[in-house]
Amino acid sequence: MTMLASLTTPVPGIALAASGGGGLTSPLQAALVVALVAVGTFFLLVGVVGLVRLPTIYNRMHATSKATTLGASSMLLAGVLYFGGDGDGLAALVAIGFLFLTAPTGAHMISRAAQKMGVPFEDGVTWPGED
Amino acid sequence: MRDLGVALAASEPLGGLAQTAIGVGLVVAAAVTLVSAYRVVAGPSTPDRVVALDTIGTNVVAIAALYAMWTSEGLFVIVALVLAIIGFVSTIAVARFVTEGDIIE
Repeated sequence: MTMLASLTTPVPGIALAASGGGGLTSPLQAALVVALVAVGTFFLLVGVVGLVRLPTIYNRMHATSKATTLGASSMLLAGVLYFGGDGDGLAALVAIGFLFLTAPTGAHMISRAAQKMGVPFEDGVTWPGED
Repeated sequence: MRDLGVALAASEPLGGLAQTAIGVGLVVAAAVTLVSAYRVVAGPSTPDRVVALDTIGTNVVAIAALYAMWTSEGLFVIVALVLAIIGFVSTIAVARFVTEGDIIE
C-alpha cells in the first residue's frame, strides 16, 4: 500500500491533467507495468489463436472466455499501478471486477444458446452420463 | 497529453522501456483484434460470430486501457469500463434473441 500511496503524489514541476494525472514515478512501478503489459499481451494472443484455430464453438469459447479476460484484466491492473489507487485507477479496478463477473456469464449464455440451436459437439463427444 | 507522457517517460529510469512495452502491447492487441475478425466473417454458426465479437469487445477494452497509459490520459480507463458494460449487455441480448426468439417479451 505504501507503493500505491507514493504513486498518487504529483510529479513536481509538471501540471497534471484535471483527470487525475498519474504516470511513472519509480523504477519498480515501471517494471511492474512492463511485466503486466507483457503478460496481458501474451494472454490476448493465446485467446485469439484459440478462437481462430480450435474446431468447434465450445472449444473456441473455452479458449477466449478465460484467456482474453485475463489479458484485459492484466492491462487494467497495469492501469491501476499507473494511475494510482484512487480516481482512474479505481475505475480500472472496478472494470477488472466487472470483467470477471460478466465474461463467464456471457460465455455461459452463448454456449446455452448454441446448444439449444443444435450446434453439434466435436465428433465422439457426448454429455456426461449419456452413452 | 501525448507529449507529457513521453516527457515523463524520458525523465525516469525504466520509463522509456515502459513506454516501448505499452506501444508494443498496443500494436499486438490491435493486430490480434483484426485477426479475430476472421472468425466473425468465416464462423459457420451465429454463436461463433457472437463469441468472436465478444472477443473483439474484450480486446478493445484492453486497447483502451493501454491507450490510457500511452497518453497518460485517465479518461480512457472510463472508456474501457463503459465498453465492457456495453459488450456484456449486447452479448446477453444476442444470446437471448437466439434462444427465446425475442429480447424482451
